[in-house]
Amino acid sequence: MNRALYIIPLALFLFFAGLAGYMLTQNKIQNVPSQMIEQPLPEFTLAPALEGMPGVSKSDFVGGKPRLLNIWASWCLPCIAEAPHLERLKEEGVEIIGVAVRDRPEAVQDFLARYGNPYTRIGSDDISSLMLEVGASGVPETYVIDAQGNIRYQHIGDVREETVDLLLEKLEEAQ
Amino acid sequence: MRGLLLAFLALIAVPLAAQDTMPPAPYAYTQLDDPALEAQAVELMETLRCLKCQSQSIHDSDAPMAGDMRHQVRTRLLAGESPEQIRSWLIQRYGDYVSYQPEVSSTTWPLFAIPLLLLLVVAAILLRRLGKRRAEDDAETGVDA
Repeated sequence: MNRALYIIPLALFLFFAGLAGYMLTQNKIQNVPSQMIEQPLPEFTLAPALEGMPGVSKSDFVGGKPRLLNIWASWCLPCIAEAPHLERLKEEGVEIIGVAVRDRPEAVQDFLARYGNPYTRIGSDDISSLMLEVGASGVPETYVIDAQGNIRYQHIGDVREETVDLLLEKLEEAQ
Repeated sequence: MRGLLLAFLALIAVPLAAQDTMPPAPYAYTQLDDPALEAQAVELMETLRCLKCQSQSIHDSDAPMAGDMRHQVRTRLLAGESPEQIRSWLIQRYGDYVSYQPEVSSTTWPLFAIPLLLLLVVAAILLRRLGKRRAEDDAETGVDA
């Protein structure tokens, strides 16, 4: 048999070793993207997260303009960082519907008093049920929902200055 | 004396456990009454990935989100869903990534096909070599022996 053929297993091994070494130097992808993009928002109903504001159900997303669904929590630090940017989106006329995850009414109240309240309604999700329904794996996450109640875009992590324009664009696209 | 007391207090200070003071979901840490159903739940939970702590199964993880996923698994089993229905409900939302059970799909089929192919190649080589040797042996000893 041709001697050169014996090189093949070694070459394969070196290729895989090199690939493994290269992948070790790459950042691990921590985000798990939702597979629910372009899918209708599943049916759900969440009780109000605090007194004086309405809770959230799927029907709140149907009709009118596209909206943002913001999944957050008062115990989540990046949520503090994104608060001013959500405020800006609100000033741009965007309706933001909030879902507070594993949170207490007093804590929600306190958070809103400190960092502002950009929401029209806030539902309380004590057992991550809505998170699991939409394919969210952490807080905060922000979804663009069109007026027919379909999920159009997912933003994982806090909304930053540069995300505001992106979200406005996606809301425009969802018209 | 006061300094000593303060130092002592600082020693026993426990960092405020404010992160997660909510009670866990009802079925996060509570087993199902029916042992057969609970066994199904455990078997399924061992093959579902915790999304917050990505190298653990939801059966192994203490993350609140893993507890919430266990709650879903147990309540859905109680409601009469099959483990595979629950798995596909999660895969529909998070993709294959959420499941540790290998699935044959458009991206994973080579993982299943290549070992079979290699075995076939090995078998072919082996047959050819053995066949050749037998033919040589036969030639040496004489076929009609």
